[in-house]
Amino acid sequence: MDVIALSNLHYRWAGQSRDTLALAELRVRKGEHLFIRGASGSGKTTLLNLLAGILTPASGSLTILGQGLQAMGSAARDRFRADHMGVIFQQFNLLPYLSVLENVQLPCEFSARRKQRAGKVQASARRLLDHLGLATSLQQRAVTGLSVGQQQRVAVARALIGSPEILIADEPTSALDTDTRDGFLQLLFQEAEAQGSTIVFVSHDPHIAGHFPRVVDLGELNQA
Amino acid sequence: MILFKLTLHSLWNRRASLLLTLFSIAISVALLLGVEYIRKEAKSSFLNTISGTDLVVGARSGPVQLLLYSVFRIGNATNNISWQSYQDIAANPLVEWTIPISLGDSHQGYRVLGTNQDYFRHYRYADKRLLAFAEGKPFAGVFDAVLGAEVARKLGYRLGDNIVIAHGAAATSFTLHDDKPFTVTGILAPTGTPLDRTVHVSLEGIEAIHIDWVNGAKVSGYQVSADEALQKNLQPKVITAFMVGLKNRAAAFRVQRDINDYKREPLLATVPGVALADLWQALGMFETVLRIISGLVVVAGLLGMLTTLLSTLNERRREMAILRAVGAYPRHVFLLFVLEAGVLAVLGCLLGAMLVMVGLVAARPWVMAEYGLYLSTWLPDSGDALLLAAVAGLALLFSLIPGAIAYRRSLQDGLTVRV
Repeated sequence: MDVIALSNLHYRWAGQSRDTLALAELRVRKGEHLFIRGASGSGKTTLLNLLAGILTPASGSLTILGQGLQAMGSAARDRFRADHMGVIFQQFNLLPYLSVLENVQLPCEFSARRKQRAGKVQASARRLLDHLGLATSLQQRAVTGLSVGQQQRVAVARALIGSPEILIADEPTSALDTDTRDGFLQLLFQEAEAQGSTIVFVSHDPHIAGHFPRVVDLGELNQA
Repeated sequence: MILFKLTLHSLWNRRASLLLTLFSIAISVALLLGVEYIRKEAKSSFLNTISGTDLVVGARSGPVQLLLYSVFRIGNATNNISWQSYQDIAANPLVEWTIPISLGDSHQGYRVLGTNQDYFRHYRYADKRLLAFAEGKPFAGVFDAVLGAEVARKLGYRLGDNIVIAHGAAATSFTLHDDKPFTVTGILAPTGTPLDRTVHVSLEGIEAIHIDWVNGAKVSGYQVSADEALQKNLQPKVITAFMVGLKNRAAAFRVQRDINDYKREPLLATVPGVALADLWQALGMFETVLRIISGLVVVAGLLGMLTTLLSTLNERRREMAILRAVGAYPRHVFLLFVLEAGVLAVLGCLLGAMLVMVGLVAARPWVMAEYGLYLSTWLPDSGDALLLAAVAGLALLFSLIPGAIAYRRSLQDGLTVRV
């Protein structure tokens, strides 16, 4: 079953005469790890916002988990994202005024589905953090005391809590050095596989492409 | 619930800059409540200047003017009334007591009031309180004087000191009754009324110092010494006004009509409570001005909060994007700002109320000593609660602006803010 299926998708920013994004077809199967490579300006950000339901395509079809996103209102898309997607940013993923543990539990505060799937939310958060190699002593700390690598692992735990079907990662390794980066990717894959989550990973960095079974070059895919 | 928790944590995280905002709200709220308190106290103090007196009688003029010179020692009587008329009315069977008042002289700017012992027996103020002596006793002799609390304190008089009374009511007078000094025999306890600024002497004393005067001027070559004056008949022929206590208050309007219709002399009787209320109404403008000013200060305080909220919008863009990524709706982002303003306003109101409470307790001994006013403990009444609710409401209204901006931005930005 396809987790993500899009065809003839066009998107154009308001006031522009040309399409920013024009994709003929893209399908992502359940549990797949997809790497989308693209230089800056290639439409990566736009694609991620479309997949996350922040933006809606001008034309074409976009189906995620069997549901057509165009048919939903913006509140329904927000709800859909909260229930089915975990998001990891480039950096500064965490709220500075919450502890590590509180940051991880955040998605369960906004999504009843993920809360229910997480079971005992705090225990679930602790387990994920343990798996991602964050010592118990770090878990109660303020996030500002963590290194960037540690912060990104906390972000992974937060994206994975409540087992969302899709994990969207927007250049999460760009602020990490090579060793940290490789360790980070390994943990990310391991935890995503344990939950059966599909990964859509966007980056400009060709070096990490080797870690992924499937690589798509957005420059080639995008016909705009 | 999670939004409230996020608001509190986020506020705490930015506490250094928000503390100043909180203080400016607290101070403006304290000012608002303080002005309201002073307004109420001033009104009750004003309306309490005289109590238990059913009628004030003087020469025919206007009721407010009569009240001003007889009770507040402001301005002068247009005319005197004869002793004969006073005796006539005092003899009315409905009248229980009277207090004669003779004005026109002063001491260092403080009015001198000639009266008799009945003043200390019957004059009441505030909640029907009688006058109390801080030191000494009522005047007994012709040249004895009883000082109001402020007169004694400001001029540093003690019992036994001699004072000279000046002719006329101005602060600097060139015609002194220096041949007939008075001796201080008593000092009154503070009352918080114009009485504190009054020198009380006997009617006979007033008569004695004017015995060698004719038509309001000293006659050269005609001198009567203090001792000689005591030998003469010091029964006054005129007084300025008098106060009346009735056996039955219900008769007030009847006696008032009788006095106003008095055939031998044009007189005016007024019910002090009614005239006081009229006078306060006339002064009411300053109340409104005070309230407008304190209202504007509150608006200024809240505008300060609005500025702070607006200035944090940019640095909080990342925070909003994170919240959106974990599943917050744009309306949650909007609510965060409204909640933040709400928390600030409520804390500001509480802090402001505490400032008023503590401030009043701290100022109490000083105000008591300086003005003879007892500052009652401040507890918010329903009017104050309404004011506080209005402050909070206004704060929420202001917060709609940054809230709406953040709402719109979070729709546009979505998950992609690179700060």
